[in-house]
Amino acid sequence: MPEKNLLELEKKANQIRVDIIRSLVEAGSGHSAGPLDMADVFTAIYFGDVMKYDPKNPDWEERDRFILSNGHICPLLYATLAHAGFFPREELLSLRKLDSRLQGHPHRVALPGLETSSGPLGMGLSQAAGMAYSFLMDKKKNWVFAALSDGEHQEGNTWEAILFAGKYKLYNLTVLIDRNNIQIDGYTENVMPLESMVEKYESFNWHVQEIDGHNIESIIDAINESKAISTKPSVIICNTIPGKGVEYMERDYEWHGKPPGTKGNVGEVVEALYELRTLGGQIASEHE
Amino acid sequence: MENKKYLDDNWQNEEKLDMIPTRNGYGEGMVAAGEMNENVVALCADLTESTRTLMFKEKFPDRFIECGVSEANMVGVASGLASTGKIPFVASYAMFCPGMTWVQIRTTLCYNQQKVIIGGAHAGLSVGPDGATHQALEDIAIMRALPNMTVIVPADYHETRRAVIASLEVNSPVYLRFARENSPVFSKIDAPFEVGKSIVLRDGTDVTLIACGPMVYEALLASEILARRDISCEVINAHTIKPFDESTLLASAAKTNYVVSIEEHQIIGGLGSTVAETLGENYPVPMRRIGMNDKYGESGTADELLERYGLTAERIAQTVLSSITEERG
Repeated sequence: MPEKNLLELEKKANQIRVDIIRSLVEAGSGHSAGPLDMADVFTAIYFGDVMKYDPKNPDWEERDRFILSNGHICPLLYATLAHAGFFPREELLSLRKLDSRLQGHPHRVALPGLETSSGPLGMGLSQAAGMAYSFLMDKKKNWVFAALSDGEHQEGNTWEAILFAGKYKLYNLTVLIDRNNIQIDGYTENVMPLESMVEKYESFNWHVQEIDGHNIESIIDAINESKAISTKPSVIICNTIPGKGVEYMERDYEWHGKPPGTKGNVGEVVEALYELRTLGGQIASEHE
Repeated sequence: MENKKYLDDNWQNEEKLDMIPTRNGYGEGMVAAGEMNENVVALCADLTESTRTLMFKEKFPDRFIECGVSEANMVGVASGLASTGKIPFVASYAMFCPGMTWVQIRTTLCYNQQKVIIGGAHAGLSVGPDGATHQALEDIAIMRALPNMTVIVPADYHETRRAVIASLEVNSPVYLRFARENSPVFSKIDAPFEVGKSIVLRDGTDVTLIACGPMVYEALLASEILARRDISCEVINAHTIKPFDESTLLASAAKTNYVVSIEEHQIIGGLGSTVAETLGENYPVPMRRIGMNDKYGESGTADELLERYGLTAERIAQTVLSSITEERG
């Protein structure tokens, strides 16, 4: 990929991060770490020329499907959909408010661009598998993407779906896991160890890749590799830094489930936005 | 006066009626649905024969999806299939689905507005020797509480088949409950069926017996026993628990001023609760709920258990008689 395009995508990811912070601050509650750390992955999917969709026609039959399983990172999905043109960016400030289409966890029928409603963990992969099964059954070309958290691999339902997709060789399914190593009660490997995720998936008959979830080029490459596999479903384990882009949040599980700026701490907000708008000081001018 | 459009001509003579389990109506109904609509698909969780999903699988092998012992996944997969235009039927024992899959049904079907038809097999006490772990007696309650859910408990084999076909026209998730055991086929093959519309099987003036599932036939037999004691029963088949047909019940209660609900389910949360809510808000009259009285079942034959827990025609008639006497002196 040309470097210029790559830089554009990196900027896009950071604009999305800025919108995440703005919407979370306005909402006064919600999750910070996951939305920030998956911003590069979502940017690659929606803007990296790997997924078919049409914001003017959200129900287009030939569209690919994107299923967000861990619904709590929806501030990221909302910001991404707004940037993709499904609805106005100003609406992001209505997150979690009364009468908003941007519910605290995604409500499919409320907002164009959403493919499912999700919140309780462990259910998204089953739905994605059902979609993939249907497309294979009807020999349709639609691709199915699903984003899962690492923590929801502690749900039995997730493993039921991994078994199912493996059995039926749902090769039109690409799963991207947010391997940020944190969950509400602490680090995943302390709360309930998940490793080795690579070996687990391989033994369930999946094609497995493990990548840097902040390298947009490798995310796109990994998705394209997954699309070249025609014998089994694919999983891309995206190693991410929770809270990515806002230094004081990074790697700190305390930021899993809260936004900056609560308790009137305006400094937190200013610092987060400045850091994001300047790409961590790499670019001089602010875009907003 | 009996409802001749609905009841088999031999309904009073149990020996002359066919004995077929309601689950067979599910299997045959699915095959008919599959013939009517090519988008119909069927999923099962390792109970293909006993839920009668096998009938569909044999007819449409390419439209059958084996999910293994993974009921939660089965519901999610069905939601995904529905989102692409399929009409999925999922089946297991009611104890496992919806028993083990309530939050999947709530989130991915009801809230998410994906139409899937859930077949809950082996519901009620009559599953018998398997014992309490397999006797679903709370499934109506947990399904009825969900917005966007339709709950249907057909009374016999023919009605189950009719209910399956009628479910195709419902634009939201449907829970169909059926039983394992053979039960009398007392409805006519071409009897009417409309989702959300109860059926008055017999007109009466002294007491309303409102029942669902195979208990409808027990209620009819109980009405015969009570007729011999000069008690005139109106018998209602409330096959749809939700949306509930309030007007048929209220019209009957206005005539009889005494209502007895009968179900193979806990008296908490099922048909009895639905009846109590309807009467309480609209036309409070004395009523009595017959069902499982806040306890678990046990092993035994279906007949032994129904007798022990007061769900045979004879026991129902006794309960009605003693409660009327208590009420009216």
